Amino acid sequence: MNNRISIIYDRVRWEEKEIFKALEHKNIQFSKFDAKTLVLRSDDSVQSIQDVYGNSILQRCISHYRGMLIAHYLESKNCSVVNNSSTSRTCGNKFLSTLVFEKAGIATPLTLFSFSDKSAINSVDSLGYPSVLKPIVGSWGRGVVKLNDMDSAKALIEMRYNDDGLLSKIFYIQEHVNRPPRDIRTVVVGNEVLGAEYRYSSNDDWRTNFSLGAKIENCPMTKELEDIVIKASESVGGGILGVDLMESDDGLLVHEINNNVEFKGISKFTNDNIAHKIVDYIDTISKR
Amino acid sequence: MEQKCQDCDATLKILDDVVVGEIISCPDCGNEFEVSKINSNNVTLSPAESVGEDWGE
Repeated sequence: MNNRISIIYDRVRWEEKEIFKALEHKNIQFSKFDAKTLVLRSDDSVQSIQDVYGNSILQRCISHYRGMLIAHYLESKNCSVVNNSSTSRTCGNKFLSTLVFEKAGIATPLTLFSFSDKSAINSVDSLGYPSVLKPIVGSWGRGVVKLNDMDSAKALIEMRYNDDGLLSKIFYIQEHVNRPPRDIRTVVVGNEVLGAEYRYSSNDDWRTNFSLGAKIENCPMTKELEDIVIKASESVGGGILGVDLMESDDGLLVHEINNNVEFKGISKFTNDNIAHKIVDYIDTISKR
Repeated sequence: MEQKCQDCDATLKILDDVVVGEIISCPDCGNEFEVSKINSNNVTLSPAESVGEDWGE
């Protein structure tokens, strides 16, 4: 094989640069592939694909479908991909994530699923106001809206229903959790929780996404938090993940797991070099 | 390194540790450019892909 490790990306963020630096620092031979330039042939042999990509591939595409399908392709050629296609499929889709959390007995916000505008309005009525409407695919808080009353709920549901988007007629409606104005982001690599941060919503937004201007601060790691995060990580197949939680009146709820975790913010609050940990994890897998 | 924004002509400052695939944002107009090639001190920029519905962490 030409290289033991490959990284597939479609946009080089701060995180990817840190991973490249960590690989160079550890003197590990690696190849970089821009997913946007790939031409994958269905009839390529397992050997020819492994010759190009090596036996261990870190999948870091920002586009969910692009990354997941590339993982499927490489796995079909017996390559080992982190995160694997199953984990990508579950984490990249809130609908599937919620089902997995429930089945695994992980506390998660109550969610109703509907497939038409009328049933979506019935779902919101049944949950009460406010409730939260989320797109099942996508991140950074985009399209996540709080439904404060019936008028706004009807308007927003109607807008989504009349949209031509492939997934816009699938309604994922979640209870609005009574929580402090923050959530908790944790980063997991393998079976290790590397850190936790509070993400406080900015003054003009109820959402707590870092990309929307959330302020971050260190969240002390507790045994309870660590145990829940590991259990949640295992429920989706494990790997390199960002597990997000909310502090509800009834305890911690896992509401989302990120398959392509950004860790620039949380790096300030951990003694571990997360990029180095990721590289060690991939390197271990490549030697199996 | 410096380049001019292809849209508004503002100056784009490019750090020395720039890598292919990195995104350079214009401080004036906000447009994003992807580093498509690096040859010694010369960086080639292409318009970056626009944000997709399925983009995220």
